[in-house]
Amino acid sequence: MMPYLSLAIWVPIAAGLAVLAVGRDRDAAVARWIALAGAVAGLVVTLPLWIHFQTGTSEMQFVEYSDWIPRFDIHYFLGVDGISMLFVLLNSLMTLVVVWSAWEVIKVRVAQYMAAFLIQSGLINGAFSALDGILFYMFFEAMLIPMYLIIGVWGGPNRVYAAVKFFLYTLLGSLLMLVALIYLYDVSGTFSIQEWYRVPLSLKVQVFLFIAFFLSFAVKVPMWPVHTWLPDAHVEAPTGGSVILAAITLKIGAYGFVRFILPIVPDASRYLSGFVIALSLIAIVYIGFVALVQADMKKLIAYSSISHMGFVTLGFFLFSQLGMEGGLVQMISHGFVSAAMFLCVGVMYDRMHSRQIADYGGVVNTMPKFAAFMMLFAMANSGLPATSGFVGEFMVILASVKVNFWLGATAATIMIVGAAYTLWMYKRVIYGAVANAEVAALTDLNRREFWLLGAVAVLVFWMGVWPRPFIDVMHSSVADLLAHVAKSKL
Amino acid sequence: MTTNIDFAAILPEILLLCGACAVLLGDLFLADARRHVSFWLTQAVLAVVAYSALATMPLQPAEAFSGMVVDDVLADTLKFMCTVAVSMMLFYGRGYSADRGLFRGETFVLSLFALLGMMVMIAAGSFVTLYLGLELLSLSLYAMVAMYRTSNIATEAAMKYFVLGALASGILLYGMSMIYGASGSLDIATVARTLASGQGERTILLFGLVFLVSGVAFKLGAVPYHMWVPDVYDGAPTVVTLLIGTAPKLAVYAFMLRLLGVALGSLWFDWQGMLMVLTVLSMILGNVVAIAQTSMKRMLAYSSIANMGFMLMGFLAANPSGYSAAMFYAIAYVLTSLASFGMIMLLSREGFEADQLADFKGLNQRSPWWAFMMLLVMFSLAGVPPTLGFYAKFVVIQAAVDAGFIWLAVVAVMTSLVGAFYYLRVVKLMYFDDATDTAPIDARADNRWVLSVNGLALLVFGIFPQHLLGICVVALANSGLL
Repeated sequence: MMPYLSLAIWVPIAAGLAVLAVGRDRDAAVARWIALAGAVAGLVVTLPLWIHFQTGTSEMQFVEYSDWIPRFDIHYFLGVDGISMLFVLLNSLMTLVVVWSAWEVIKVRVAQYMAAFLIQSGLINGAFSALDGILFYMFFEAMLIPMYLIIGVWGGPNRVYAAVKFFLYTLLGSLLMLVALIYLYDVSGTFSIQEWYRVPLSLKVQVFLFIAFFLSFAVKVPMWPVHTWLPDAHVEAPTGGSVILAAITLKIGAYGFVRFILPIVPDASRYLSGFVIALSLIAIVYIGFVALVQADMKKLIAYSSISHMGFVTLGFFLFSQLGMEGGLVQMISHGFVSAAMFLCVGVMYDRMHSRQIADYGGVVNTMPKFAAFMMLFAMANSGLPATSGFVGEFMVILASVKVNFWLGATAATIMIVGAAYTLWMYKRVIYGAVANAEVAALTDLNRREFWLLGAVAVLVFWMGVWPRPFIDVMHSSVADLLAHVAKSKL
Repeated sequence: MTTNIDFAAILPEILLLCGACAVLLGDLFLADARRHVSFWLTQAVLAVVAYSALATMPLQPAEAFSGMVVDDVLADTLKFMCTVAVSMMLFYGRGYSADRGLFRGETFVLSLFALLGMMVMIAAGSFVTLYLGLELLSLSLYAMVAMYRTSNIATEAAMKYFVLGALASGILLYGMSMIYGASGSLDIATVARTLASGQGERTILLFGLVFLVSGVAFKLGAVPYHMWVPDVYDGAPTVVTLLIGTAPKLAVYAFMLRLLGVALGSLWFDWQGMLMVLTVLSMILGNVVAIAQTSMKRMLAYSSIANMGFMLMGFLAANPSGYSAAMFYAIAYVLTSLASFGMIMLLSREGFEADQLADFKGLNQRSPWWAFMMLLVMFSLAGVPPTLGFYAKFVVIQAAVDAGFIWLAVVAVMTSLVGAFYYLRVVKLMYFDDATDTAPIDARADNRWVLSVNGLALLVFGIFPQHLLGICVVALANSGLL
């Protein structure tokens, strides 16, 4: 069998290096075409994962296993299950979106821009498919470097602050995780993540490990109160950076919960589930209200992301099949919707060079096609049925009502608040009379932008109307995960 | 004990000494314009020495000259690495020294003698040899710092280095004399045996130990014996800073291993506590104070203090896996440090020192390749994968956790978070800011190639660290010391 996962990792990285080697600032078109070819190739090599995936089993599939650092029993150990496979696909798809969306928008150091995204894409695929603790850590940390450069080099006026904050926040968490990984190695004698699922640990140790892992992944998700880097990073990052941050990078945090925290420290997870649920609810409700008062569109979507990711963590810590699957569906849906929202803001920003809601008004008069697309994505962001945003949130709310009515009721307020901030922003930006001469001079979507948004719109509808294929893929793996969570390791 | 005169055991040293004398004499007959002949002669000597160090690697550890000298895998490995480091330093410093009137025979000869000192330290089997090697190294370095006579701060740095260094040597010697008094021997193996059998007055031994640890800490530049490091790093011409900051760290590692790990191995519980204090203080002070620096060389000096703290953390685990972790850390640090100072010299030119952080502004616009090399260096120092620096941090943290010091590991990662800030700042300057200095970067082809290989090695060893890790483990396992 072909090593599809290795290809998913190394094809984009090789393409990125090729872009760096060949691309010159004078001749940016070459860099663009190589990058596009690399992104397409990167997506094509991940398609077999979807085609050949066996849905009836929770076993790791497409496994690759070879020695890497025998001194510490570290292996080049890759594999995906129903939980991680979808994210590899999502990431490869988003890389293509990002490369395409940057086509004529990025004008300086095009080759480095494209290369940073391609290399990052490979590293992210690595993080989603690594089954060795150190291999995971390697990808997890290394992906900070391209994003740091993306925000810092192509970002907005306050980019340095945002880039450094992004890097240090994430590093803080992951360094503690490194200590936790080493501790687990010391206890178990292996870095294999799946072996760690079977290592008995006392509750005290589990709680410490939980804290170390939790800090690392909670920063990445991000959960309240360690979320403050995200609005800064989103606002300053170029459109592509925001798309990848929202659609993929945040998901790695949530993925860490299901790959590491829940199965490795199940007793601590159950013991501290109330704490995590409380934080999730704060994120859902409080951050929802914070989003309501934002004057900057990107910031608004950033806060909306935090709020939506609260659903994911909430769903995970309900420990039910429905909640867990709801969280995962929400992750994928949010990947589409938030990416689309940032692309929409990017479309406007490219024309007006402003992200302030107050600078807009009546955009529908000059950009009708764009207004229609943004309407769809705004609806999806508020969780309208028949869009992908509805499915995950509904499943999580259903699961929480089963646990406790008030829990579900509190979480459900997001439906109202989410609709309020998204649609209110939409109203102020799109509707009304033409606000100023600049808006009057706007041109509607060009062909590239139309197809780009159109492709994402299809995915949003597909997942909203027919989510079965996604849920089928994750079903067995989630059941297996819940079995691990239910089993005490004391 | 047999009085075996085994010249094979010290073949690299003999070759080096002969080579140094040849360079010293040969250089006298060369005009200034033909100084590159001495340069290539020196490189040839280094190549021969490096080869002989590998070729004479014994399967079994051997003693020679009544136990004054030890020849084992560890010694030959470290000798080889030191030789390579000195050779790279000469490549990087070639254009730089020529611009500052330092491209002279003395530079080559003193570098070779410094290397000889390191080798003697590495191969020492007795306190006397250890001390001899250390002094030969130190005196060569003092002279090299002072050689840049036209610079006032270099002269000041030389003075500081000499006075404090002499004091530290005195302290070290005093400590050795106490150990001698308590154990009745200067031979490392004999001292180890005597102490292991429980003989020796404990109070005197502990006093001696305190002095020894202080002396070692001074030579490493660990807090609170770090005062000289920033001034000397900053004041010395960069080519000499490069020499001070790299290969001797390996020699001091060997020194520490023979002295603390072997001779005083049975007192491990006592020196472990002392090293712990040094480790924690070095990591915290080095990383925190480095933030406030505007000079690249001073920043790297504080970074070196912090890094030595990390190395000590591996060492204080006091078991073979800890020692090999510390050795790996030292090698990784030396490789990274070589490239960092190499970059400063690459950007420097006649009448201009690129030793300020601001001199790295907009390097990505001037040369994406060198910016990338410096990026690798900075992330390696910060310990971010996939660079070599990550595995260096990983192995020492693993050693600490393994020895039960989880709190120490947590302190270490927290301080390295602080450290990441100032390394990131350099990346920020190179990539996010616009260039103020637009002079073209030109260097000799040999310099460019060696520096590029050095930089890429940080990445390649970061992705495939197993061989380097293996070497460290094998070197310690076959040294017969432990």
